[in-house]
Amino acid sequence: MASPLGQSATLHDIAARHLHARHRLLQMLREVQASRSYVPEEAIQFFAHVLNLPIARVRGCVEFYSFLHTTPRGQFDVYFSDSVTDRMAGSQIVAKRLADRLGVTLGQPRADGRVTVSMTSCTGHCEQAPAGLVNGRVFTRMTEARIEKMASLIEHGVPASEWPAEWFHVDDGIRERGITLDTVIPPGEAIRAALARGLPATLDEVERSGLQGRGGAGFPVGRKWRGAFDTKGTHYITCNADEGEPGTFKDRVLLAKYADELFEGMTIAGLLVGAKKGYVYMRGEYEYMMEGLQTVLAERRAAGLLGENVCESGLDFDLRIHLGAGAYVCGEQSALLESLEGKRGIPRVRPPSAVKIGLFGQSTINNNVESFVQAAQIAWKGADWFSAHGEAKSRGTKLLSIAGDCQRPGIYELPLGTTVREVLARCGGENAKAVQVGGPAGTCVGRAEFDRRVSYADLSTGGSIMVFNDLRDMVDVARQFAHFFAHESCGFCTPCRVGTQMLKHYADKIADGQGTQRDLEQVSSIGEFVKAYSHCGLGETAPNTLLDTIKRFPEEYTSRLLAEADFVPEFDLDASVTESRALTGRHDQLDQIHSD
Amino acid sequence: MADKGHFSFDGVQLPFLQGQTILQAAADAGHYIPHLCYRPEFPPHGSCKLCSVKANGKFTSACFEPVTEGMKVESETPEIQGYRKRVVQMLFAEGNHYCPFCQQSGNCKLQAVAYHLGMEDTHYAHQYPRRQLDASHPDAMIDYDRCILCELCVRASRDVDHKQVFGVAGRGIEARLLVNSPSGLLGDSRFSITDAAAQVCPVGAIVPKKAAFAVPIGQRRYDTHDIGEELACPPSENKGD
Repeated sequence: MASPLGQSATLHDIAARHLHARHRLLQMLREVQASRSYVPEEAIQFFAHVLNLPIARVRGCVEFYSFLHTTPRGQFDVYFSDSVTDRMAGSQIVAKRLADRLGVTLGQPRADGRVTVSMTSCTGHCEQAPAGLVNGRVFTRMTEARIEKMASLIEHGVPASEWPAEWFHVDDGIRERGITLDTVIPPGEAIRAALARGLPATLDEVERSGLQGRGGAGFPVGRKWRGAFDTKGTHYITCNADEGEPGTFKDRVLLAKYADELFEGMTIAGLLVGAKKGYVYMRGEYEYMMEGLQTVLAERRAAGLLGENVCESGLDFDLRIHLGAGAYVCGEQSALLESLEGKRGIPRVRPPSAVKIGLFGQSTINNNVESFVQAAQIAWKGADWFSAHGEAKSRGTKLLSIAGDCQRPGIYELPLGTTVREVLARCGGENAKAVQVGGPAGTCVGRAEFDRRVSYADLSTGGSIMVFNDLRDMVDVARQFAHFFAHESCGFCTPCRVGTQMLKHYADKIADGQGTQRDLEQVSSIGEFVKAYSHCGLGETAPNTLLDTIKRFPEEYTSRLLAEADFVPEFDLDASVTESRALTGRHDQLDQIHSD
Repeated sequence: MADKGHFSFDGVQLPFLQGQTILQAAADAGHYIPHLCYRPEFPPHGSCKLCSVKANGKFTSACFEPVTEGMKVESETPEIQGYRKRVVQMLFAEGNHYCPFCQQSGNCKLQAVAYHLGMEDTHYAHQYPRRQLDASHPDAMIDYDRCILCELCVRASRDVDHKQVFGVAGRGIEARLLVNSPSGLLGDSRFSITDAAAQVCPVGAIVPKKAAFAVPIGQRRYDTHDIGEELACPPSENKGD
């Protein structure tokens, strides 16, 4: 290799530290990105060589994830969260201010290599917006005054680790507690309770509790565990801590404050099915929690709660944490497994389910953070304790992360079945005209539907609740979500790859006042098609907000359509002929296409 | 011997063998379901979505959905055929497809499926992506303008040729076919014109050099018959042109 020995040795160290394991490729690439601000060609070829992978596989991986780059980013790499609620709190204003002060274009590194300022999808700190990341560290509540200081620190090359600590302060954001947040398990107690009851009896208990997956899809947790329990062979436990749905931040709080409960839940699942290994797949945005989580894991190993002979059960189980690198689709279960294997996060074909053929081709239990926490609590306190809350077909409580136009944004633990109106009363969002339940992939409801319930039977959510008041432009909200999905589509299947681009295009055309009735019909027609034909949940839900807002706030759309025009071309005819007009010197009346 | 059963295909009772997908069972019974990313010799991929059907009322891809006893499959309904036309129109709008002067014209499955589905226009605004052409290999070239990301070449090179010449990189609309060589050029890869990967491209993205008009346009494969008529042929006789 032609590179200087030092750099080569560093890549060697990274590969060695990860035991040359192919499934840790993404972790290796993250480290290269962090230390060099990009993944150089040399690193791509090095990893392909030492891991015995095709170069195309490594390059494909680098190009897939938003936080990996093939060209240098700058000594300071600043991202601002582009969630709609961050925008409402002024994220675009502070981002532009910083870019102006530093003399950079958004997304482009400065010529001297000092800095890049970019927007990124929701970073999961919506109740403390505007939030963002600098060199992987999360900052919250950014103000224009802080931006002035930040620009100066960057110009003087002061490392982010020496910036004012209060910029990096993250509140837990908890506003209302319920049984989950009130139940703190002394480390090991839920595992011991499960072992004392007997593992099969604990599985019965989890089934009987009626706990459904807390990521949003709502598949019964007990049934999933039963499926794995009944499947022979090697097993894995994986935790979905990707939390990429804009507006969701409840797993962030659980990871920060309830890590023991999470690991306890994963361990019980592991002992139950005889898994030896588990993985927490945590979104790259939450890297700042890594150290704390590693400490908890080390304490648990020292206490005999992880590793060999867990709680003297004669069974072994241990956990690792893997970090994502900025890809919303990796919250989709099978894409998450692909990413955990060190590949691009492309959703797999189903059937078979992950319970049959999951991580490394083996039976896998994959649950959300909140699901594992609640399962551990059920193992400790029993099914009845849990199922006494909620409603008939949606048992228990749900952690909701609420942001937007409300007086008290934050985390609320409420029984499933709570109405939207009640949720708004709790958070001080009575002035809402619209509530987005479940993030961009969820449902947008207007005032007429505020008596609908947050539950699996009605308005399902992984935890995201966004509140919009009368001053908000719903067309703009839907447009922003359309951009989000077009950016986050993995590109595997035709309807989603192409359809989300087209939806973005028409949303822009309409929001910019260039749309016609025909364009609105196009949105509906493409939207229905993308929902019906896409490969995975991303495409199946991508058109939701556009379709919902067209239905519920039609006047916001029709008022900005070009009423007199039936059709407006997709391109500006005048602009298109400008060059030839200049070359030929024609400026006569006949040449003016839009002369009227 | 595999268990046999029956399912309903557009109202007709068809037999199937346990473990067969909808597409396989329909093909065995002589029913064509349009597809682009599927070939019987490879595991199903499910990316083009052209073969989507309604099975017991739910949309799914016929190439990977197993048939079950008594399953009710809808395929040639106006709704589904309309959606299929949308898939093809989107593929035409996404890439740069120049049928009148593409050397693959008449042998191209995308074009043939478009004819089969009665596509008369592309309906959507064309995206006109800017993609490089790769003519670095002496015997074949890649025109990325026409790649539809079906990954047949990826699978053929990996599973049949055991060379892994191709891969896919990027995300969303930036997703792109990639050649597995340090330079990214086909000429620097282990690709050979005798590879299975050289034969499987359903469009004009990977094409042999110096053979463009050996068969004149007008006498080519899909100039002479509709792609929907091919299904009765065994898959092995269906290969290449």
